[in-house]
Amino acid sequence: MSDAVNIPSLVDHFFRHESGKLMAVLTRVFGLSNLELVEDVVQSALVQALETWKIQGVPESPSAWIYRVARNRALDVIRHREVVDRLGSEWAAIQRFGGETPIDRLFLSTEIADSQLRMIFTCCHPDLPEESQIALTLKTLCGFSVGEIAHALLTTEANVKKRIARAKRKFADNTIGFEVPVGDSLKQRLDSVHTVIYLLFNEGYSSSQPQELIRRDVCGEAIRLGLLLFDHPACSDQDTAALLALMFLHAARFDARLDAEGRILLLEEQDRKKWDQTLISRGTYYLEESARGDSVSRYQLEAAIAAHHALAPSFAETDWPVILMLYDHLIAVHPSPIHELNRAIVKAQISGPDAGIAAIEAIRELDALQDYHLLHATLGEFHRRAGRHLEAAECFRAAIRCTESPSERELLQRKLDATVVSQNG
Amino acid sequence: MSNFIYLFRGGQTPDASPERMQTQMQKWMNWIQRLKEQGTYITGEPLQPGGKVISSAKKIITDGPFAEGKEVVAGFFMIRANGLDEAVEISKDCPVFENGGSVEVREVRVINP
Repeated sequence: MSDAVNIPSLVDHFFRHESGKLMAVLTRVFGLSNLELVEDVVQSALVQALETWKIQGVPESPSAWIYRVARNRALDVIRHREVVDRLGSEWAAIQRFGGETPIDRLFLSTEIADSQLRMIFTCCHPDLPEESQIALTLKTLCGFSVGEIAHALLTTEANVKKRIARAKRKFADNTIGFEVPVGDSLKQRLDSVHTVIYLLFNEGYSSSQPQELIRRDVCGEAIRLGLLLFDHPACSDQDTAALLALMFLHAARFDARLDAEGRILLLEEQDRKKWDQTLISRGTYYLEESARGDSVSRYQLEAAIAAHHALAPSFAETDWPVILMLYDHLIAVHPSPIHELNRAIVKAQISGPDAGIAAIEAIRELDALQDYHLLHATLGEFHRRAGRHLEAAECFRAAIRCTESPSERELLQRKLDATVVSQNG
Repeated sequence: MSNFIYLFRGGQTPDASPERMQTQMQKWMNWIQRLKEQGTYITGEPLQPGGKVISSAKKIITDGPFAEGKEVVAGFFMIRANGLDEAVEISKDCPVFENGGSVEVREVRVINP
């Protein structure tokens, strides 16, 4: 009596990703200065899909279904709202392709990919403030709502709205084109795209709220955008490959970073059996891809460091001297006090805690790290290892004062408690 | 066994984020799946928003009293159940309630039982 149970299902984040594709496709129709109109058309297509499918079930080709709805909706808007004069120059070009409905061409899979690439370069345009770039990327390419972006970036909805509005105002003056740059400007523009993807991934990966699912989604999106970039011959350079390697290698450790109670586990404490070997091998694949060029970039060096950690059989068996060398190289290519702090940790691993402390004291821009909780936490750890429990406790207390994150505080409190116990014991 | 109609009213979320839509969709899919496995589900159709009401001898055409918001009929299911009580019980798992919607349960009348 029961029907054959055969319900097509939806892939994870189907609505988010279709939203990203439709935003890109329809921006080619309506132009960047009509981004709000594009958002409305996309939203109504998605709502129509939901309202139909929830009662009738998912059709066999859900994407094609949504594209038909979006296309019809777009044509309606063009017919009825007399926006044609305000449409992007792209629309005129599309019409020149001829045929009754030139818009259909934009829904071919190659054109969708091309539109998304244009959207990536647009959202990561160097004329937009960095904060706007990230918020806009999550909104238009990844289908995040303002609320979800606020949640993921640990800020308020009002702030996210402001950041997006700033970008839209910039689009209104028509100085930013909706295109993939060519020639000399490509390299420079690709650099900004890499930076945004890197920041996006860090935003999701940072351990300040590691238990939040949405932060893992942000990392997934950064990887997805990286892959999209890599698929395009002009954009699959060694930095794109290295960035992908770096992201896969870090993402491999996602499940191992917390214990059953949701507390942060340090690299040393993580169960390496929980590291995702599939992601590690994808990471090493892209690392090899990135090695084809002749120069060495920060992404390659960071990926190489991540690979050494990922492939080490245990914390003790990690090849620290090679990692130290990679950090030296990284600091030469891309000076940063954070890299120097990480280098100090490696130094301590090789030559003992006092060498680590000396390395920290030698950091050129030490002042920049004064309020950085990991600086104090690291110093505390070195003092603890050297048996100076009083100093260690002092550093852990300073570290706790410098962070708002509950999970970071919990970790530091654990360290502080252990220090106080050894002190008394 | 009798047949019943579920009329779904309201529960639309036009401002939902794509991910919220995905969650809602998943809940409906799970519910339909359960009904199918129980042999309860017969068919279902969504309805286009809007429509007309034609009334009185003068055939006055209006947009109807149910054109907006939570009174809109979003669609219907036909299911089978052992009596109205069971049909009502089955409807309680419907995801429409999570978004403030409602379900009207009606038995299909059989002329010659």
